Parts: sequence; structure tokens; C-alpha cells
Amino acid sequence: MLDVKDLRLGFIAGRKTLAAVDGISFAIARGETFALLGESGCGKSVTAQGILRLLPAAGRVLGGSVHFADEELLALPEAAMRAWRGGRMAMIFQEPATSLNPVLTVGRQIGEVLERHRALTGEPARLRMLELLRQVGIADPERRLDEYPFQLSGGMKQRVMISIALAGEPELLIADEPTTALDVTVQAQILDLLVGLQAERGMGMLLITHDLGVVARMAHRIGVMYAGELVEVAGREDFFGAPRHPYTQALFAALPEVSRRGRKLVTIPGQVPSLAAMPAGCRFADRCPQVMAICREQSPDWRPVADGHQVRCHWQGTAAATAVAEPAAVAVEGDGAAFLKVAELKVHFPIRKGILQHTVGHVRAVDGVSLAIAPGRTLALVGESGCGKTTVGKALLQLIPPSAGSVVLAGSELVGLSGRRLRAARRQMQMVFQDPFASLNPRLRVGEIIAEGMAALGLATASAAQAAAVAALLQQVGLPAEAAERFPHEFSGGQRQRVAIARALAVQPQLLICDEPTSALDVSVQAQILNLLKTLQAELGVAYLFITHNFAVVEYLAHEVAVMYLGRIVEQGSAEEVLGAPLHPYTQALLSAVPVPRLGEGGQRIRLAGETPSPAKPPAGCHFHPRCPKATDLCRQTYPETTAASPTHRVACHWARLEARAVLIQM
Amino acid sequence: MLAYIVRRLLYAIPILIGVNLITFALFFIVNTPDDMARMQLGVKRVTPEAIAQWKTERGYDRPLFVNAAAGGVAALTDTIFFQKSARMFVGDFGRAEDGRDIAREIATRMGPSLAIALPTFVLGLFVAISFALTLAFFRATAFDVWGVVLCVAAMSVSGLFYIIGGQYLFSKVWRLVPISGFGDGLDAWRFLVLPVAIGVVAGIGASTRWYRTIFLEEVSKDYVRTARAKGLPETVVFFRHILRNALIPILTGVVVVIPTLFMGSLLTESFFGIPGLGSYTIDAINAQDFAVVRSMVFIGSVLYIVGLILTDISYTLVDPRIRFQ
Amino acid sequence: MRDFQIVILWSDVLVWLLLAAGIGVGVLIARSPPLLAAWRRVSANRIGMAAAIVLLAFIGVGLLDSLHYRPALESESRQERGQERQYAVEVLSLLDLLAIPLRTKNEKTYSAPFATRLYAMETLEVPGLGTVREFPRLKYGGSHLGEREDAVFADAGLTALRVGALAMLGWLALAGAAALAVGGWQTGGAWVGGWRRIWRGETAFAWNAVLATLAVILLVALPLFALAGQYHVFGTDKVGQDVLYQILKSVRTALIIGLVTTLVMLPLAVLLGIVAGYFRGWVDDLIQYLYTVLNSIPSVLLIAAAVLMMQVVIDTHPQWFATAAERADLRLLALCFILGIMSWTSLCRLLRGETLKLRELEYIQAAQAFGVSSWRIILRHILPNLMHIVIISLVMDFSSLVLAEAVLSYVGVGVDPSMTSFGTMINNARMELGREPVVWWSLAAAFAAMFLLVLAANLFADAVRDAFDPRVA
Repeated sequence: MLDVKDLRLGFIAGRKTLAAVDGISFAIARGETFALLGESGCGKSVTAQGILRLLPAAGRVLGGSVHFADEELLALPEAAMRAWRGGRMAMIFQEPATSLNPVLTVGRQIGEVLERHRALTGEPARLRMLELLRQVGIADPERRLDEYPFQLSGGMKQRVMISIALAGEPELLIADEPTTALDVTVQAQILDLLVGLQAERGMGMLLITHDLGVVARMAHRIGVMYAGELVEVAGREDFFGAPRHPYTQALFAALPEVSRRGRKLVTIPGQVPSLAAMPAGCRFADRCPQVMAICREQSPDWRPVADGHQVRCHWQGTAAATAVAEPAAVAVEGDGAAFLKVAELKVHFPIRKGILQHTVGHVRAVDGVSLAIAPGRTLALVGESGCGKTTVGKALLQLIPPSAGSVVLAGSELVGLSGRRLRAARRQMQMVFQDPFASLNPRLRVGEIIAEGMAALGLATASAAQAAAVAALLQQVGLPAEAAERFPHEFSGGQRQRVAIARALAVQPQLLICDEPTSALDVSVQAQILNLLKTLQAELGVAYLFITHNFAVVEYLAHEVAVMYLGRIVEQGSAEEVLGAPLHPYTQALLSAVPVPRLGEGGQRIRLAGETPSPAKPPAGCHFHPRCPKATDLCRQTYPETTAASPTHRVACHWARLEARAVLIQM
Repeated sequence: MLAYIVRRLLYAIPILIGVNLITFALFFIVNTPDDMARMQLGVKRVTPEAIAQWKTERGYDRPLFVNAAAGGVAALTDTIFFQKSARMFVGDFGRAEDGRDIAREIATRMGPSLAIALPTFVLGLFVAISFALTLAFFRATAFDVWGVVLCVAAMSVSGLFYIIGGQYLFSKVWRLVPISGFGDGLDAWRFLVLPVAIGVVAGIGASTRWYRTIFLEEVSKDYVRTARAKGLPETVVFFRHILRNALIPILTGVVVVIPTLFMGSLLTESFFGIPGLGSYTIDAINAQDFAVVRSMVFIGSVLYIVGLILTDISYTLVDPRIRFQ
Repeated sequence: MRDFQIVILWSDVLVWLLLAAGIGVGVLIARSPPLLAAWRRVSANRIGMAAAIVLLAFIGVGLLDSLHYRPALESESRQERGQERQYAVEVLSLLDLLAIPLRTKNEKTYSAPFATRLYAMETLEVPGLGTVREFPRLKYGGSHLGEREDAVFADAGLTALRVGALAMLGWLALAGAAALAVGGWQTGGAWVGGWRRIWRGETAFAWNAVLATLAVILLVALPLFALAGQYHVFGTDKVGQDVLYQILKSVRTALIIGLVTTLVMLPLAVLLGIVAGYFRGWVDDLIQYLYTVLNSIPSVLLIAAAVLMMQVVIDTHPQWFATAAERADLRLLALCFILGIMSWTSLCRLLRGETLKLRELEYIQAAQAFGVSSWRIILRHILPNLMHIVIISLVMDFSSLVLAEAVLSYVGVGVDPSMTSFGTMINNARMELGREPVVWWSLAAAFAAMFLLVLAANLFADAVRDAFDPRVA
């Protein structure tokens, strides 16, 4: 149905045109899902935009052809192309929050498509809109039609986006990272919805993603992109069973998961070459473990390896021989006595309203969290967006003053501390932030950034000592000593995150709070950072509070896990207990919602309805009851007490308590 | 939403008090009434008696804040601050140097001011938005580039040039319209055409460039891509999607100006001899009539604050995100 | 014993301080690669660089006009020994010295550009003919022509051509040097190679624009000044003063208004804006209140009121000023201060908003986590990341201030009437269009010069904004 041949797309930069997509070809049949997989900057989104001819202002089609239903799209005049866009081909985007027009109602935005492509207006259009909203699983569509996007939750917005795309009855749906901005439980809902709709309508689908889990869940055939080229195309069985390109193999090997605990992850050294300086031969040659002389001279041609499985690689081998992972250094186990104890920590933000701005309520961002971390251990704090996990991290550091509770670090109470004593306490505990681009001051040299903490806390004030300390730190995080003289913008995301880690380590803290340190990074770079964190823990005995929403990382890294929902910890225990035998329905649902990058796994999926409610108005009783499949009247009325299922495993659930008791009785 | 507006209204009170105090300090504390009297009377005629008489005639012979001589409430009311500054809150502005009541003068002069300022404002807004929309529509083409160059050139010309040049060309050389003056009723249009046209032209460069930036900012947003992906024609994308969103930042700058239109334009009115508040102010400045200047400062501030409140209200009309919160 | 006494006006001090500050900032920029990169982008912008050259020419005139002295009086007492030397009341500048022919060759009243006769009829006693009404011959304009009054065009053309050719030679020398610099100092072909790269616009620095602008400036300015010795190239005004001279003198006034004002408002806006955004709470409330109050007063009226009050102060204290120039100078500075106090609010609001955004950024939080003090965070992390806004608004404000001066002077609350500025020139000349026949040159020259200055400033501001705006970079 869709046939892309030798498509080349580029961007104008000054007087040059840089090819972002350099000659890719693929085809999509009716009812088929073709996934374009690749890391950031590989040109996958540009390809999607190029097919619809929706490139940004600097983008240009440099050549090739896009055939759709016997029509050459690239040759059509712009006016004729509009009849295809939103009609027989539709697209959904990554960010539902910004992709809808904020000042038009939902109905207006869907109605536009109906009017344009199906010539429906007035009452028939309204009926069709209600039908569409029902199809995408929106409850109470009559009300939603007259609402504005800001009144909808993130998942609901993406559903509206999908209904806009469906309104033109497309034969091909292009989905550009449709679930990347969403929480796992909502992602699962949207993926189910897309699978269902596709089966129902027999649409073709081009799925753009970086997530192997999403690919395993959705795709029939997969194309792997690297630096503007397709390097491997395969059906799902071949792709997951026998990936042939060294890049694809490395992508799989770099994934953190439970089976790789205690071992180093395989990483891809180096970086993607920049558009301006593409190597003449194979573009992956510089980073490839199988590189041969010919790779640097000649760009490989397509080579069929099985039916429907092609690869662009000179290397004829099958399995990655060097992918034998070395064991990671084992952490020095401390005596197990916790040195950070958090009890009943609360952070409430007042909601002010009315003429005099009096406080009418509180956003209970963190509502009674208790934790303990021992030296050299990793505690993962897991939860979806808005559950308060980041606020916990900042409240521990006293960046946000806690409203109540206590934070005891190495025997001294931090809450209410100020001035010099707080500064002394801060030596023990530092933070690594999520966004490597926002966490380094662009106007300072890397050396100055790292030295800042030392100077502020009165360590190594002499400049020679400081320079030596900076050099040692840079070496520790795997950066060259010259890096100290350079500015952050000269580094890639992963390198910046190394600088951020070095900055935190500069004051020799015993605890690092890592706030989603890898979520902005590609899988291969994520593996490097995770390896580094593991090594540092082994060498320095530093403890981590690892704040994340990524279960794969948790499985790989954490000793203990705490699951948060709406400001409270619902389940807490050792990693084996929580991940292996989760007791809380929320934990169970979260775990089953994570798309697994393997075929045939996942088994019985638990699907949660709805989304996380606002922490300003948490539901009465158990916060989770509106979404819980097991909720009873008891759950609706009282918040469950925490029960211990084992000496280390605690859970706050009425059901789990019964089960735990049952387990205890049987014993 | 109602609470929001009430809160904005309440916030206006301390601001007005602040304005009042600043003007009072400027007019009565930086220079004492004696200084002003000397200045008004001219160097030659200054005698202590003349100064005393000048002050008594205008009521400046009272103490500034506290009148110890008077008892009771009068100790606070029979002062310069209360008589000259605080009473402005109730619309009592006192008398000008020529003895006329300032409040009445302001009331009669508002009409002519508005007759010029309102059409200039509406027309200017319309022209600038249309021009900016056109430039944004043809962005990155030669038309856009030259349009912007034209705007920058137009911005670089002094406003005085537009007025002087316009008067010279249209009134003196071509004799199309009267050079200055103002008429009542239907006849007024002949006097209004030129000042309004000049006002529109003089403002077009800066505002077009500003609106264009706003439009271009909106053009690069994600929802525009969504609208294009729906297959909508570019005109619909612009008028239905971009214009609606761009109106929000445009409103911030524009609505606040509307009430101050009553103040008229200083330059236009004085050049075209229009008996409005602008020329009234200029005359007062030239005659160093402090009472009038003080009153105009106060009225201008009140109108500006009304503008701020109107801006807040207009947000709630245009932006559903504020309306429903 | 010297023939002059150096006079240091307050505005001179500020001008040279500004220049020093500019050089200092330049050194700082050279040390900070991100800022240097932004300025490199400015220097690659052709229109921006052409505008910068024009601005530099204006600034050069302004600087020449900012070195003041009082010449010694040629009096009888000079011969007597032991007598204190007397100096003139009139304060002159280096520019006045260079432009002596312009300054001293005053006619009686109006004369058109390149005219040899006055613009007004006068009744003259001609021996043998009795009284005749005619246009009298100018004292200086074209006086070297003697009786050949019809030869003005040929004479002026010839002079212009000669000087123009000279200017061309000078320019070629400059261009050659530039080509050598671009091509590198190696021998052989460097010159040609450099020239080719300049011509094709392949250089990182916009040499072609700079050289072209220089060519135009040299070709216009040099012949103009050569002719100015013999003619009144822009005519003379009502009291017979040369208009070109007035234009040159106005440049300094415009520059001071545009630059000193921003100097006044900058510390206020930066300090208050950052403090309000960083500390929030009641500090923020107070600062917001302050600028809302100031903003709500119509600016022209507030300026008018303040200037009127200042006028009263000046008039009641004549003993403060030794010369008229000092009085005018102080009034100019006071005007700058008043304008500065009125105009800090918008930059302050901008900086406050940006600081609110910055303070939530993770690198600020990282610094807070180390216990770095608030003022140090402001200095090291916030201020450097706001510099682009400050620089953009500095250059943007300049042109609007120059335009505002003209309006204020017209309203009567601008600079001292005795001080030459574009505003006073326009104000004095505006009734002349009503005359029959029309006197247009004064106004035209003032408007044209102002347009050139403001246009250059606007174009340069655009280039700076494009280079510094992080969204573009």
C-alpha cells in the first residue's frame, strides 16, 4: 500500500544541505504495522514527516519516491497533497499536551477533519464525533466534545489525537512515538487501543519508536535506523529471535533487566556521527565490535539473510561474539545499619483561592513517606508522573522545606536545620538530576562546575588542590582531564550526565539521590551511565536513592524498591520481593503494563482504568480504589494500614493484608 | 473568576495611592510652593508679599501634611496633601492658572481626543495585524524580508517627521485637507482624516514587527503541525488556529492602551490644533501650569489601571484556560 | 602657560567612563567563549556590521565632541606679566576646533544649501543706484568664487570629484589591508585570494559589508567636509548658523541620551529584576508594586513633571553653574536620569520573569544543594544567563531614546534650548515649512541624520538580537 523508495530528506543549514535521511526504502501492506526503530537523531521522525510532506521550514525532500495507493505523493502539488493528509493518511504525534490547539474545543478540532475530508457538518458530524470518541474509549463523550484540551488528562488528550486521526477514515496511520510522553499504565491503554483499532479497520500503521518493548507489543515488521539509514529490516520473529546487524544486537544487549543483574551492560562506544561529518563507509563502523577494513571504505549493500529479513552489513557472522558481559564489581556490603532514616515525611503545598488568597486546601505532593537506606545500597523509588517521587528527593536535600516528618542523616536531624549545620549535612548527600541539558550552567567551564561544591562546602579551597581533585573526579567518571577546560555544550547528553555525577561526587557524599538520571538518554548511553553508577558504588560504597519510572532499570540496579502512588508508599521491600511477588494491585498492574522487549511474554495483562488523580483531591479511603480491580467498600472508606508480609516487605492494601495473613497462617 | 477580578480591583487601590504620593512628592516636596511662586512670577516681581498672595490665591499656603493650627479633622483635611492630592480621588482637580475648573475642562476635551485616538487605534490595529499576518504567511520569502526591512525603516523615522511631512504635503502643497482645526458634527471628518492617517502610518512599523514575531512564534508550535496534518488549507490554519492563539499575547499589549485613548495624543493634537486633552496637557506644560499637569498624571494613571483590569478580564474571554479556572 | 583650559563636563566623564566600560566588557567577552561566539554571529551578519560601522562613525563624532576646553582670551592684559590668564566663557570641544570654518562662518540668516546669496531680500544701498531690494551676497558661502556665482555646480563638482578620488584611494588601501589580513600574511597570491574570499562573502567576519559601508561613508563624508569649507552644504538656519555644524553637534546629545540613560536604568533593572525573581515572597511583591506604580503614570507626563520640577531647581540656583554649557550639561544629565528612572520597569519585568524560570532549573538547584549562598548563585549562575536579554534590550532601547529626545524637546521638556540636538533643531525649524518660499533644509537635514542614526541602531539591534536569542542559537 505504502511504498517508500530511496527517500532522501535533508535540512538546510547555512549554505549546505545536510541529509538527515539518506536513501531509505520500505513498504507497508494493508493491516500491517511497520516499526521504525532507532535512537534519537537517527532520522525516524523526519521520515514520518517526509512521507506526509510535513517537514519543518528548513526541511527539504532531496529525492526518492513515496508511492501510496498508486499515487506518487512527492510529485503531487501541495493543494492535492492536502486531500491525502488527514484523509487517507493520518498522523499522531508524541506530545499530546502541545499537539492540540489550546483554545479550540475538542469537538471543533475533530469536526474540522470531518468537514474537510468527509463533508460532514452539523448534526451528522456531531453524531460521528461522539461515535469516534466512544471508539477511542472516552467516557461521557457528550461532555468532552465541548471541553478544551487543558481540561483533559494526558492519556485522554492522546485519545482525542487518535480520534482526530481516525476521523478521516485513514488507510495508513503514522504514529510518531505515540506513548513516549505517557505513563506506563496509560501507555498500555493506548497501545491496546491502537492494536484494536488497527485490527478493526485493517489500517496500515507506521510506528516510530525507540522502545523495543513497544516494538515487541505492536510491530509485524521492524526497520532499524541508524544515522539516517535503514540497517536492518526483519519480521518480528527474526528480529527478536536472530537480529543480525551488530547495532541491533548491541541495542538488545544494552537493555538493563533482571537477568543482567550483577553484570556490566554492553554499551556502544562513541557517538552517532554528526550529519555534517558522515563517514564514507558504513556509518556504524566506528562503534562496531565487528568492524573490518572494508567497513571503513565501502558502504554495505542490502544482504538478504532469511525470507523477509535483510541487513546492511559486511559482517557475515550471526551472534555477537564479544557480547560476553563481564561481571560488575561487587559492592562492598555495609553493616546494614541505615544511615538515612526518613519518617513520615510530608510536603504539602497550599492552594490559595479567593479575594484574599486564603489557603483553601493543600496539594499533598508527599504525604507521609518513610524510608531507610544503608550504606552501599540502592533504594529505587518507583512511581508514575505526579506521584511525588521527585519531591521526596528534593525534600530530603531540604531544597523544598518539608511540611512535617523527619529526615535523619548519620544521626542528625535535617528538618528545620539551617545555615552552617545544614551545609555540613549536605556534604553527606547530593543529587544527580534528570535533564543533563538543564543541570549544567552553560556559562561555566566543566572544571568550575565540578569545583563549585567543593568551594561552597569549604573543601579543597586552594586552587591547585582543587584542580587536582577535579582531574581525579573526571577520570573517575570516565572523562578526559582536558574536559575541565571545556563548556557543557561541547558534550553529548551522556557525557554531561557524567559531569553531573562528578559534580555530586566532588564533596564525597555517602548518598546520591539520582532523579531519573537516564530517562533523557538513549538506551546505549543509559547502559554506560548505569555501569558507571554501579562501578562507583563498588569503589566508593556510596548509597543511591534511585528515583525512576523505568522498571527495567530498577530490576537491574536496585537492592530495595519502594513504590509510590499519590504521595504515599504503597509497597516496599527487597527487589526480589517487590518485583518477584508484588502484593499491591498497583505494583502488580505497573509491572504487567511494562512492555517487555521479547516475544510471547507478558502473559495475563492487568489493565488499569483511568489515570492518576490529582494530589490536591486524593480519593477518600485507599487512594488507589477508583482504579483498583479488587476495590471493595472497605477500600472506599478507609486508607489501609501498612502490613508486613515479611520482615522486609511491607504493603499498604486491605487485600494484600488478607493475603499476607493467609500466607502467615499457612506457614 | 469573579474573585480574581475583585482581587485585581482591590490591588488597584494601593497603586493609585502610590501614584498619588509620587506626584505629590514631585510637585510639593522636591520644590516648595515658594519656589514655584518665584518661578511663576518671574525674577523681577518676586517680593515676599507677591509670593504670599500667589500661594493664597491657589490654596498653597496650607501646611503639607498636618495643619497644627486647625483642630480636629481639619488638622488633616486643611492641608495641601488633602486639598490638592487626596481630593483628586473624588474627581475634584481644582482650578487651572486661568481660573477654569479643570474637571469641566477635561470633560469637554475628552470628546475631540477620542475622535482622533479611537479611529487611529482601531485602524492601526487592523492594518498592523493584517500586514503582520501577511508577512507571517509568506515567511522567509523575499516579500517577508522586504516587509520587515520596511517596518524597521518606518520605525526609524521620527514621529514628528510623519506629522510635519504629512501636513506639508497634504495640506500645504496639495491642499486636500485643512492644515489644522476641529469641527463639530459631520464636518469633523475633514479635520480627522489626516491626523488619523498619520497616526496609523507612524505606528505601523513597530507594531507590525511585534505582531509578526508573535505569529511566527505560534507558527512553530506543535498544534500547527497537527492542523496541517489534518489536511487543512494554509489559510484555515492561519485564521482558525494561529490567529486565535496569537490574540492572547497581542491582547496583553493592546487592551491596556484602550482606556488611555481618552488622554489623546500630545503631538498629533498640538500640531493639528485639536482641542483635546493632549493639547491641553502640552499647553499646561508650556505654561508650567502645575495643577493641570498633576491632574493629567492622576487621570492617566487611573486609566492605565483600568486598562490593566480590562486586560485581565479580556484574558478570561479569550483564553479558556483562565475562563474555566 | 597654556592657550586653553581643560573643562571636564559631567557628561564627558560619563561618556569616557562608558567607553572604558565598553572596552572592559569587550575584554570580558573575549574571555568567555559563549559570549564570544554570539558576537561572532553578530560579526558575520552583513546588515548588522554595515550598521555597526555607521554607528561607529557617529560615535567617533560624539567622542570628538566630548573633549572640552575653554580657549584663552586674546586680551590686552595678556602682555602684562603676573596677570592671571583669562579664559572665554564659551566652552568648546575638539570637534569645534576641527570644525572652525563651520562654526565661525555665520551668515546673517537663512541660505539654501550651496547658495551664494541669502534666502531673504534685503534693502541695500548700492552706490549710484540708490536703494535696491535684492538677495545679498553671502559673506562666506561660495565667496572664493568672486563674481563667478553661476559656477557653483562646476566648482563644487570638481572639488567633490577630487576629494572623492582621494577617498577612493584611501579606501583601496584599507581594502588591501583587509584582503591581506584575510588571505594571511604569506607571500604570493594572499592578496588576490583574500580579496576573492571577501568579495564572495566567504569570510567569517562580514568584511564585504564593512568595506562597502566604509566606501560609502568615505565617498560621502570626505567630499562633504571638503566642500563645507567653501559652501554651506546643508544651508544655514534663521540666525545664519551652518546646518551641517548643528547636525554634528546634535550627534553627541543623541548618543548621550541613548547611552547614559541605559547606564542609569541598567543597575536598577538588573538588580531589582533578579532579586524579585529569585527571592520571590514579599521582596517580589514590593518590587512589582513599585514598577506597576511607575508604569501606570503616563511616561511623557511624568517626565514632563519631573523636568519642570528640575527646571525650577535649576532656575532657583543659578550660582551652581559657572558657564551656560555646564548648566545645559547638567540639565541633559538630569534628563537622562529621569528617562532612566522611567524606563527601567520593562527590562526589570523581563528579567524577573526570566529569573523565575531560571531559578527552577536544575543547575541552580544543584548549587543550592551545595549550600552555595544566594548572592553567589545570582552572580555566578543567574546573571551570566541573563546577559543576552540585557544586551538585547540595551541596543533596542537606544534607538527609541534617540527618537524620544526629539519628541520631548518639542514638548518643551527635553534638553536645554541652548543645547544643540535633533529635537531642538526640529523644534526651531518646524515653523519654517509654513514660510513662503519654504525653508526645508534644516528640517530635512535633521530628520535625515536622525533617521540614519536610528536606522543603523535598529538594524544593529536586530543583528544582536538574532545572535543572542537562545531560541535562534
